[in-house]
Amino acid sequence: MSLTDILGLFLNLDVLERYGWRMLNGLGVTIELVAISVPLGLVLGFGLALARMSGKPVLSPLVRGYSSFFRGTPLLCQLFLVYYGAGQIREPLEAVGLWGFFREAFFCAAFTFTLNTAAYQGEILRGAIQSLPRGQKEAAAALGLGWYRTMRHVIMPQAMAVALRPLGNELILMIKASSIASLVTVFDLMGATRFAFARTFDLQVYLYAAVMYLVLVETIRRVWDVFERRLTRHLTHA
Amino acid sequence: MDRYLLLLSYGPEGWGDELVQGALITIGLAIATLPFGLALGLLVALAARSPSRMSKRVATVYTTVFRGVPELLTLYIVYYGMQMGLQRLWRAIGFPGSFEMNSFVAGMIALGLVLAAFSSEVWVGALNAIPRGQREGAAALGLSKGQTFRLVILPQLLRVALPGLGNNWMVLLKETSLVSTIALADLMFVANRANVVTKEPFLFFGVASGIYMLFSLVSTGVLDQLEARANRGYRTRA
Repeated sequence: MSLTDILGLFLNLDVLERYGWRMLNGLGVTIELVAISVPLGLVLGFGLALARMSGKPVLSPLVRGYSSFFRGTPLLCQLFLVYYGAGQIREPLEAVGLWGFFREAFFCAAFTFTLNTAAYQGEILRGAIQSLPRGQKEAAAALGLGWYRTMRHVIMPQAMAVALRPLGNELILMIKASSIASLVTVFDLMGATRFAFARTFDLQVYLYAAVMYLVLVETIRRVWDVFERRLTRHLTHA
Repeated sequence: MDRYLLLLSYGPEGWGDELVQGALITIGLAIATLPFGLALGLLVALAARSPSRMSKRVATVYTTVFRGVPELLTLYIVYYGMQMGLQRLWRAIGFPGSFEMNSFVAGMIALGLVLAAFSSEVWVGALNAIPRGQREGAAALGLSKGQTFRLVILPQLLRVALPGLGNNWMVLLKETSLVSTIALADLMFVANRANVVTKEPFLFFGVASGIYMLFSLVSTGVLDQLEARANRGYRTRA
């Protein structure tokens, strides 16, 4: 018996041979989706956190509404709203030259995921910043530091140490949630797997996809742990 | 405006009655999943804290898998896997015809498995928060292991676990939207079908979002009440 024969006892190599590349390709699309939306969401979320904490009469409640909408409704609903909604307002979108963007399911998904994760990351950052003692800000003011330098050198380094773990969890949640993109015709890992299943009716393809997601998520989780330990090495570890 | 009211009305022209039906299925599915998921989660938590290395390992593998695989994928594996497995069993027993997997049950099982993985973390945290002395005191009173858990640990556990379990509930509520993809006529499914028929995505996904938001708001209110009640013995004096 050759190696392939032995493997063949456990795996349906035929299916893997035919759809394996497509699925790996899909994994690439999944990573792309997350790699676009999570960093953009972090930047937007930072802005949201600052706006929310500003206490400005219109701005602050507006951000509150934004955040409770995106955190209070299913991501699937938001994605459908953007994807199908864009089709309904095609003419105005064409007029401002955005139709090319919203015509693509991939961009609709990336756009929705960015807005969604921004709401979550904004709340994480706000919580982290507000968890710092007032004295930090007061001491910085007493030293004559301006707003930017206070944030850059005093507040954010400490806040990020607090926010690191929840941000890592959010990254993992986004990887899993991105599988929803397959429902609007994006061929991410989930999309490619659905395609393969529709052709073969072989349940194994779903199990392969599950393993691929697991490997991706576990790798990120471990890397993040190392990352976190390094960034918080000045704090005492028990 | 009249057109919108007509579309949302009860009766043959409108989608109002279908939407209400869908919303009831959504909330019904979430409520049906809750006891199963929480009980399984508590079992996993007890396994994770048990002295036996074997049950510890099982608990770790369980949480790693169900926290790492996208909910959508878990749902498909449960739905199609059970469909195929039971179909085979059906034939083997000798019944003619085909077996149809109930999508409500499939959704309940899949979401319950995921809820168990996430809630087990909350349970573990809560179990750790109960001081050793409680167990020792119960032992000194001659309570059996079962009695200790039921009469001493569990009542205290619920209070500590409530905020975390509340979060699990909010996530579950939104995750139910995924079952619309296996043809269960929940709120999301109805909104989607209404969109296909009427080409009014903003209206229907907007209304669906509103209903999900309403569920979230009501849940927050109820959870606050429950927490206040659970903490009534701990009220700080003014």
